[in-house]
Amino acid sequence: MLSILNKIRRTGILTESISAAEEEIVTLGKECQRQIATKFSRSLAIRMVDAGSCNGCELEMHAVNNSFYDIERFGIQFVASPRHADMLLVTGVVSRHMQEALKRTYACTPAPKLVVAMGDCAISGGEFGTSYASCGGVDNVIPVDAYIKGCPPTPLDLMRGILELLQRKPS
Amino acid sequence: MSGSDSQSSPQIINTDADHNQEDHAKIEKCVEHLHDANLTTNISSIAPVGAFITVSIDAPCWSDAAAVAKYCHLRWSALWAEQTADTIVVMALFGGKDGHLLLTTQLPSAHPELPSQAGVYPNADRPERHLQDMFGIRFSHLPYPRRWTRHQAWDATQFPLRKEFPLAGAPPADTPTDHTYPFIKMEGEDIYEVPVGPVHAGIIEPGHFRFHTIGEDVLRLEIHLGYVHKGIEKIAEGRDLSGLLRLAARVSGDSTIAHSWAAAQAVEHALQIEVPPRALSIRAILAERERIANHCGDIGAICNDVGFSFAMVQFSALRERIQRLNVQLFGHRLLMDCIQIGGVNCDLDANGIAAIVAEQKMLYTEVAELMPMILEYPSLQDRLRTTGILPYETAMRLGTLGYVGRASGIDYDLRRDAPYPPYHDLEIKVPLYSEGDVAKRTRVRGDEILLATELITTLLHTLPDGAIVADNISEYRDAAGIGMVEGWRGETVAYVHLNAAGKVERYFARDPSWLNWPALEELIHGNIIPDFPVCNKSINGSYSGHDL
Repeated sequence: MLSILNKIRRTGILTESISAAEEEIVTLGKECQRQIATKFSRSLAIRMVDAGSCNGCELEMHAVNNSFYDIERFGIQFVASPRHADMLLVTGVVSRHMQEALKRTYACTPAPKLVVAMGDCAISGGEFGTSYASCGGVDNVIPVDAYIKGCPPTPLDLMRGILELLQRKPS
Repeated sequence: MSGSDSQSSPQIINTDADHNQEDHAKIEKCVEHLHDANLTTNISSIAPVGAFITVSIDAPCWSDAAAVAKYCHLRWSALWAEQTADTIVVMALFGGKDGHLLLTTQLPSAHPELPSQAGVYPNADRPERHLQDMFGIRFSHLPYPRRWTRHQAWDATQFPLRKEFPLAGAPPADTPTDHTYPFIKMEGEDIYEVPVGPVHAGIIEPGHFRFHTIGEDVLRLEIHLGYVHKGIEKIAEGRDLSGLLRLAARVSGDSTIAHSWAAAQAVEHALQIEVPPRALSIRAILAERERIANHCGDIGAICNDVGFSFAMVQFSALRERIQRLNVQLFGHRLLMDCIQIGGVNCDLDANGIAAIVAEQKMLYTEVAELMPMILEYPSLQDRLRTTGILPYETAMRLGTLGYVGRASGIDYDLRRDAPYPPYHDLEIKVPLYSEGDVAKRTRVRGDEILLATELITTLLHTLPDGAIVADNISEYRDAAGIGMVEGWRGETVAYVHLNAAGKVERYFARDPSWLNWPALEELIHGNIIPDFPVCNKSINGSYSGHDL
């Protein structure tokens, strides 16, 4: 136990403070926080749905929760159920086998709700396209409010994309 | 708490004297036996990695040949098929201590029928059902002849990997859920069925888990996958080589290097392209970086699944540091599209080498410090030890790969046992434990991080000069090849058939998850449902790599 406490002390705070190179995380985050404060009563709840990704987008979604980005400090949290969510963050093409599951998840999310298509597959089918197995992009199945490019989008791309949507959303 | 667990340096234990017997699981010995049993019609030897022998078998003898392979202690590794005009060629790959055996047979496209190998090798069950769904091959004596990859997007009379099946298919406008999948039922007083998924609570991929429980104890778990079936095998057809590698890099995002390298190796094998030594070393550096990054993510996530967030914070920070150096040196945080046919598309200069050397030193120090903290922390070990035990015998029966196998005493690593360059010049140590619980699957990962940092450092110190890509790539011909790579999850296989124009006729990627998912169904017995997430994470099968 002592070794753990000691390690925590020595690790210190990794969360990036405002330095020239990483200023953007904080600027972005603070702006998100300001938008969330007025438009979502200070807390934005995101439910992720993998509708047919290669799992690359999921890895970067995990990354926004690590100490460097720590997206929760800006009032953004990932929740376990669509019923608790303000926003669906959808990755991957929508595989035919996930089509109905995605539609039900969308139906379970209380309105008003936002849908973000994360990554090139979710935008247009990406490397996998439309086929007997794939419906292609997310907006072929449910309405989409914002698109975040990348294969996969980096954690900063993800934060930028969410902020852009928040800024567009009327109060 | 035993003293040995507190050591940070990897420990190599030999659990089973049986492993060292002469002729045991040797490929040539098995071919002799097949020949003696009059099962072979043609034998040829090619050598992509280690010993590699191809044996043609008459279709009716398909399961007999598997029985001989089993008698020779080979493990079942992969199964795929390819349609050429009127015939379907089926190929089954077996692994031994010194290499691989490929059994092939030909079936008429009109009535393809084959005796199942699943009675001999239970792990052949799902791959055979995949071929049944995709090619319409009927496997006789299949223990559970249910569909597998097919849900409701096409019907039982359509086979997407047949040449006549159009890529677009004829799916319904709204594909319903697979509500009629015939799960095996359990009935009895106090038995509850708990369905979970495909949409889960965490940030993970979709799949369905059907538990039968009494109280919280799991009596039985059945996994239903195929939700992220994207038609990878079909859309590969007709692609050029760079298109093939873009696709291979996305078979499973966390194994982008493993699948890219395996696909590239298959093409290079088919076209006899010699990859420059510098490119091979850089590929290995990328593969070991992928190994370290994913193991860091997993160790953190396993601990977090039982509420020990300290490890999650520490290890996910290490992962982030690796990814940041990845983008700086190789142009992509997950290393996608770094491998190309004939080499790599990213070189390392002196500054890059220095940066990685420093990073590896940091990683070694951090992980060597963190692992004993995890391994010695009683309330964490209370949750991880004796949880989700996969016994050696079960792991052997299922042909379990990678860290899952090594934690259960399966002493196998392609990099050491059938080494492909540049690993043939390196000393590969393989951590091995016998307990087979979540704790040991976590520890194997920790050991492998330390060993990989040493490998990367060695590779950097001995990085050959010269080109990073071969120069004779555009000489195409009709040829097929196999690639095999020890990815971070385990043995990763690719089969590529190219036509004379250099376009893909057939691509099959066998992610190690095919062989590790069934282990999860076994090791969960007798555990409680609240321990399922940590058991699942300790296996960490890829859904995408499996569903294709």
